Amino acid sequence: MSTTELHVHNPVEDLLRQDRIPTIWCPGCGIGTTVNSFAHALLGQDIDLKKTAIVSGIGCSGRVSGYMNLDSFHTTHGRAIPFATGLKLANPELNVIVYSGDGDLTSIGGNHLLHAARRNMDLMVVCVNNMIYAMTGGQAAATTPGAANSTTTPYGAFEPELNIPQIVDAAGACFVARWTAFHVMQLERTMAKALKKKGFRFIEILSPCPTYFQRKNNMGDGLAAMVDYKKRSKIKNGCPTWETVLEPGGEIIVGEFVDREREDYLTRMRRQLGSNYTEFPPQMEEHESEGCSKEC
Amino acid sequence: MPKGSVAITTERCKGCGFCVEFCPTHVLELSSAFNAKGYHPPHMINAEKCSGCNLCGMYCPDFAIFGYRNPVDKPQKGTHS
Ligand SMILES: Cc1ncc(C[n+]2csc(CCOP(=O)(O)OP(=O)(O)O)c2C)c(N)n1
Ligand code: SF4
Ligand code: SF4
Ligand code: SF4
Ligand SMILES: [Mg+2]
Repeated sequence: MSTTELHVHNPVEDLLRQDRIPTIWCPGCGIGTTVNSFAHALLGQDIDLKKTAIVSGIGCSGRVSGYMNLDSFHTTHGRAIPFATGLKLANPELNVIVYSGDGDLTSIGGNHLLHAARRNMDLMVVCVNNMIYAMTGGQAAATTPGAANSTTTPYGAFEPELNIPQIVDAAGACFVARWTAFHVMQLERTMAKALKKKGFRFIEILSPCPTYFQRKNNMGDGLAAMVDYKKRSKIKNGCPTWETVLEPGGEIIVGEFVDREREDYLTRMRRQLGSNYTEFPPQMEEHESEGCSKEC
Repeated sequence: MPKGSVAITTERCKGCGFCVEFCPTHVLELSSAFNAKGYHPPHMINAEKCSGCNLCGMYCPDFAIFGYRNPVDKPQKGTHS
């Protein structure tokens, strides 16, 4: 309406690969909403974005790495955490963030999740939980509620779903939180906090998937899911993670559940190896030029 | 002048309605017009109530809207904008 509009600029856009927008995400999908919180969390800190890398597996949620204007790795299905672990160990200076789906991180990649938490690997892991394998057509994941209908479980599944915060807590993560796509401001604050912490940091975000999870279960559109999150969520910071099970139709316990100090993998490796430890790659002396060091 | 306003990139909008639902002062509504992809982008129906809080921008999954604060004109003390 006024000329000022010509000069306004959405800061989130600086962190997006503009040429890849519009995204592939369906109308009412919550993944993009979580990206806003993530971008604001990154921008609000004195974090060197040149030393920040984002790693995803495969899935709708896994597309996030490709839309972020950071060093991005779109890896193979379920293997985002092993790739990220390698990246961190090879270049410990990097802030490494894993951003992926519930199927990718907790179902096919569940074992990696457990062990990265056990090692307290210095990674921040963001898990977009839409309770389904969305990208491939709505197959049941370990996170799909037992009674829910999915492409592969037309009569429901006869097994309980995974309570993700509980397993990563038990395995040793030093920071565990859960929000929903509705909690944009809380999520930004939690992400900002997690970005600054060392060790294995895990954030679960419940997010609408109107196209598969909701359509198969007559749950309306993306907005209906967001309104439902608003209604059912109860903030309980510090809640013991065995009490955060998601009951269908029941309370959704959200908040920061675990925030503790524990020696991370690299610190422990350096301590145990003592003088036998050499930084890899060897630290450059004097000039920081690219290419080989003197020895080669 | 209201405290804030929004910038809308109508062609990016997918008509999800998140911005409309979660604007704390009910500034927005989905318009009856279509964009090129056939979605109904939002428009302002209560522009004077916009605070520029950018909650609409935080919710928009398609980076199609964001709110900003209008620059405050200098000699405004005591007057109503
Ligand atoms: C090894 C392997 N197995 C299966 C697939 C097929 N596949 C691609 S994405 C996906 C599910 C992703 O689910 P999730 O991580 O929850 O992401 P969402 O799409 O729900 O966001 C599957 C099974 C694959 N790409 N590679
Ligand atoms: S299929 Fe579901 S998760 Fe994937 S983009 Fe569509 S709404 Fe989002
Ligand atoms: S900036 Fe805030 S007040 Fe203005 S339309 Fe957006 S959400 Fe509403
Ligand atoms: S939140 Fe974004 S995509 Fe959804 S209706 Fe508003 S402007 Fe359109
Ligand atoms: Mg999923």
